[in-house]
Amino acid sequence: MPADALGMVGNRIRAIGASAIGAIARLGHASRFLIAILVHSPGAFRRLHLTIREIYFAGVLSLVIILVSGLFVGMVLALQGYDVLVRYGSAESLGVLVALSLVREMGPVVAGLLFASRAGSAITAEIGLMKATEQLSAMEMMAVDPLARVVAPRFWGGVISMPLVAALFSTMGVYGGYLVGVRLIGIDAGSFWGQMQSAVDFRQDIVNGIIKSVVFGVAVSLIAVFEGYYSKPTAEGVSSATTRTVVVSSLAILALDFVLTVFMFRGVR
Amino acid sequence: MSRSTLDLWVGIFVTIGLGAILFLALKVGNLLTVGNTPGYRLEANFDNIGGLKVRAPVKAAGVVVGRVEDIRLDPKMYVAVVNMRIDQAYTFSKDSIAAINTSGLLGEQYVSVDSGGDTTMLKDGDRIAHTQSAVVIEKLISQFLFDKASAPPAGAKP
Repeated sequence: MPADALGMVGNRIRAIGASAIGAIARLGHASRFLIAILVHSPGAFRRLHLTIREIYFAGVLSLVIILVSGLFVGMVLALQGYDVLVRYGSAESLGVLVALSLVREMGPVVAGLLFASRAGSAITAEIGLMKATEQLSAMEMMAVDPLARVVAPRFWGGVISMPLVAALFSTMGVYGGYLVGVRLIGIDAGSFWGQMQSAVDFRQDIVNGIIKSVVFGVAVSLIAVFEGYYSKPTAEGVSSATTRTVVVSSLAILALDFVLTVFMFRGVR
Repeated sequence: MSRSTLDLWVGIFVTIGLGAILFLALKVGNLLTVGNTPGYRLEANFDNIGGLKVRAPVKAAGVVVGRVEDIRLDPKMYVAVVNMRIDQAYTFSKDSIAAINTSGLLGEQYVSVDSGGDTTMLKDGDRIAHTQSAVVIEKLISQFLFDKASAPPAGAKP
């Protein structure tokens, strides 16, 4: 009986070990996939219209959701921020609050999450379905490299779109904060913009925000093409790969954001 | 969708995206006016700068006339040396007084410069001789408490 229990415990530990090794192997697999994409990128850039097409699907078609949610996030930030700031008699700092939280955190992170669910899932489903219907194998038969023809353009389309989308999100958010703070609540427009401009630093805040959004763009695009390319070629496999893309890239964005924030803003002020 | 419409849409997207970055840099971050501000430097020594930070405003009569550029400690005198860059449009007399004030109860600290009556003006690199340090709230409170404690209680017979 004790030997049996010991065997059970042993199996449990073995399962934990196997899943840990599996996760590490998947990470290594994804890294090698990234290098393969980078190696095939020059070939993809020679046919630039492929990448432009993917920027259209990843970026232009995400515009509506990004602009609308940016506007609303900014307006809500202004309303909530005003509620707290007015207790300390510093309602004029609303511009600082809205701009700093958008440029440093909310812009890259929320735009990244939206981007992952809007564009990342579409990329995974498309590549996964191409694989399930054996289009990728057919390309290989015709000596067309699917990495250069299908994967690299989608990867670069996502990487290029993401920083632009995040900047648009932040801009709309600041405008939404202006609408609520100045137009609705009636804070002085001069002190709204003036305090914002003296508190937001270009290098420290805006450039770091752009760096964040580039990193998120690489992470989301890589996860999306990776999950699609290695999905099981069945209807079920494609659907679970799409789900995994959204879940894994959302978690990756939040984790990377923490790590980047620690390095970027630890020594500030 | 034909390729030219696709190109058009992507072109619009990239343009407004770059426009957004430009907006953030210029309107939110105020890249143009900070960094290459023309003006002249003034120096002032303070016994205590409290919570003064680099890039804090320098005000005269409440109007922003410059920014704090650099704060360091004089290793021999143990005073804080504050370097300020003042807008070229404003000049201050030699006997000006620089003080560190707080805007509001919990607001940011800034340097206020009050011009005196001297006819010679401060030039680039000059030092403001008369300064008034930041008020440290803890010191103020402890001073008040000690005064209270040492004073005879109200109603006590002398």
